[in-house]
Amino acid sequence: MEVDKNGEIDSDSSEQVVNPWEVSAKDGGKIDYDKLIDKFGCQRLDESLIDRVERLTSRQPHVFLRRGVFFAHRDFNEILDAYEKGDKFYLYTGRGPSSEALHLGHLIPFMFTKYLQEAFKVPLVIQLTDDEKCMWKNLSVEESQRLARENAKDIIACGFDITKTFIFSDFDYVGGAFYKNMVKVAKCVTLNKAMGIFGFSGEDHIGKLSFPPVQAVPSFPSSFPHLFPGKDNLRCLIPCAIDQDPYFRMTRDVAPRLGYSKPSLIESTFFPALQGENGKMSASDPNSAIYVTDTAKDIKNKINRYAFSGGQDSIEKHREIGANLEVDIPIKYLSFFLEDDSELEHIKKEYGEGRMLTGEVKKRLTEVLTEMVERHRRARAAVTDEMVDAFMSVRPLPSMFD
Amino acid sequence: MGFSKIELLDRLQELEIDYSKYEHPPVLTVEAQAKYVSSNEGALSKNLFLKDKKNRYYIVSAMVDTKVDMKVLSQRLGLGKGGIRMAPEEALGQLLQVSLGCVTPFAVINESARDVSLLLDKNFKNQTRCIFHPLSNDVSISLNTSGLDKFLQSIGRDPVYVDLEANPGVGKDQPPDLAVYVPSGSVVIPELPNKTSSTQPKNVSAEIKPALPAKPSKPVDKGKSVAATSVQSVYKNPEKFVEEILDKTSALLLSEAKGESMETLTETQRKRLTSELTHLAIMYKNTAYAEGFYAGTKYQPYRQ
Repeated sequence: MEVDKNGEIDSDSSEQVVNPWEVSAKDGGKIDYDKLIDKFGCQRLDESLIDRVERLTSRQPHVFLRRGVFFAHRDFNEILDAYEKGDKFYLYTGRGPSSEALHLGHLIPFMFTKYLQEAFKVPLVIQLTDDEKCMWKNLSVEESQRLARENAKDIIACGFDITKTFIFSDFDYVGGAFYKNMVKVAKCVTLNKAMGIFGFSGEDHIGKLSFPPVQAVPSFPSSFPHLFPGKDNLRCLIPCAIDQDPYFRMTRDVAPRLGYSKPSLIESTFFPALQGENGKMSASDPNSAIYVTDTAKDIKNKINRYAFSGGQDSIEKHREIGANLEVDIPIKYLSFFLEDDSELEHIKKEYGEGRMLTGEVKKRLTEVLTEMVERHRRARAAVTDEMVDAFMSVRPLPSMFD
Repeated sequence: MGFSKIELLDRLQELEIDYSKYEHPPVLTVEAQAKYVSSNEGALSKNLFLKDKKNRYYIVSAMVDTKVDMKVLSQRLGLGKGGIRMAPEEALGQLLQVSLGCVTPFAVINESARDVSLLLDKNFKNQTRCIFHPLSNDVSISLNTSGLDKFLQSIGRDPVYVDLEANPGVGKDQPPDLAVYVPSGSVVIPELPNKTSSTQPKNVSAEIKPALPAKPSKPVDKGKSVAATSVQSVYKNPEKFVEEILDKTSALLLSEAKGESMETLTETQRKRLTSELTHLAIMYKNTAYAEGFYAGTKYQPYRQ
């Protein structure tokens, strides 16, 4: 299945597949992001936009922007235009709580969203789609709700400001104004269209068919009357991984028909598995990713044993031709998480030209990741159940733009 | 009141932990214990109750043959060379609620020991059974480490096994490998001999509990690990918060400079420190808000 500009599905299995439930590259190769942008019809996030962000926020752009992790967008420039004029926006992101074990890839959108919240000083809603996981992963209602709360703790540990953040689980929150918007959206999307966009078939249960509006309506401020009363024109920016694009293509299509503004998107690439771009990060293979519960020892082990190296087979060969940076996972991971641009450049140069060995690169990566995971763990230990309750309460946020 | 040996053994039975019990006259040393409990029953343990200069406490439980070098241990914990010593007898009674000769991993069942860090010899794991005192030195029990782990997990603790004989060296490229096991909460032993209210460690938490009087022992099965409650207290208590800030600042300032010039050094360090401290501050703010929020939910308006 793949999705083209009209949002319809072609069945051309030799092409790459990117949708909310499946991501695979063509012929076991790498994901072609240029092709993806073209197919989806979104835009590249270029230097000028990044510079603009730096100017407007008076701080260095987040490492994910500088390194092209968040690389595509829809109407992000409009958000910036409005911001420059003094019109604020709010952020919307989410997580499908399918498991308790979060890995670093899961944290990426949250780390970026936290930066956006701090840099632009705007509020944030975080949706935990426990209903979705209950339906797709066949979990019990109780289990998906429990996982939602557990995941909420990891999310909170990323450092969101409680005076500007509302976390909600679908099972708890759907109803009232939120549901009214869901029905409005649902009325605008035919069964055929939904089947085209999401690949549903006659075999799928009706729960799945009726889910997309749930993920769509947090883009509309009127879904949160306790947060944005009377602010129906407040814009929404959605940081997400690019596989979520179909939901929001549908939302943007429907919005004008409901008299709402279209949400803007800022989209990220996929985080590679330890075994390489062609590998899949899977919950069943704990060695395919670094988990936030991994100990320093685990991290060191996993990096040393499983991280796919672009280094050459022998030291002599390596010193002669250098490493293949394109496929080297430690370099890729460092480009996500090593803050210092000049240090990364130095490592890439030395390693690519054969003067630095794989072991050194892996050692540095282990340091960086261990520090990150340790920091996350400490922050998570500080999250109490009361704090989760507070984040998830329906309450006003009077200082949300301060 | 601390747990009694009967209560502990009942608890082990409830948890369906398999153990064997040996009663004998009270023993104060491993040599004496060895006279009554043969090595066929399991590996005897030596148990040390230690304290560092910042009033943090540790139980180190090891195989009798394992050599525990206090200097090395102190360094691996990040306490410098002479940072750790045997804890005073009063602490035994106040924190572990056991008497002399009874130090045992099981003492952490007591709420008063919640900030005590427990380090277990990794060599225990190779043994079929290991022998400990169940809070009293006139009984010994032998059990497999899986039983001990099950017990620890049931009170919200993660079992920590350490290679006590390792000496990995501590230096600028090698941070103290056991530093993560240093408790975040320090304990000041009050002078009052009375057991109930005085076993409440004073500096650990300024937690507001609306409607409930300060109870001396919280229910043990709350499911929070010791590390978690201690970390939380950093964000509830301004003094600990400031201490954490100063610790982080000095750690950063003392770390390797990598040969950069003074100017860029300050710049990079400043950036890192800003990011670290902002993160701390957000957690502090969130904690304060959450506590206020909770208080608000329990708020009782004045009766007319």
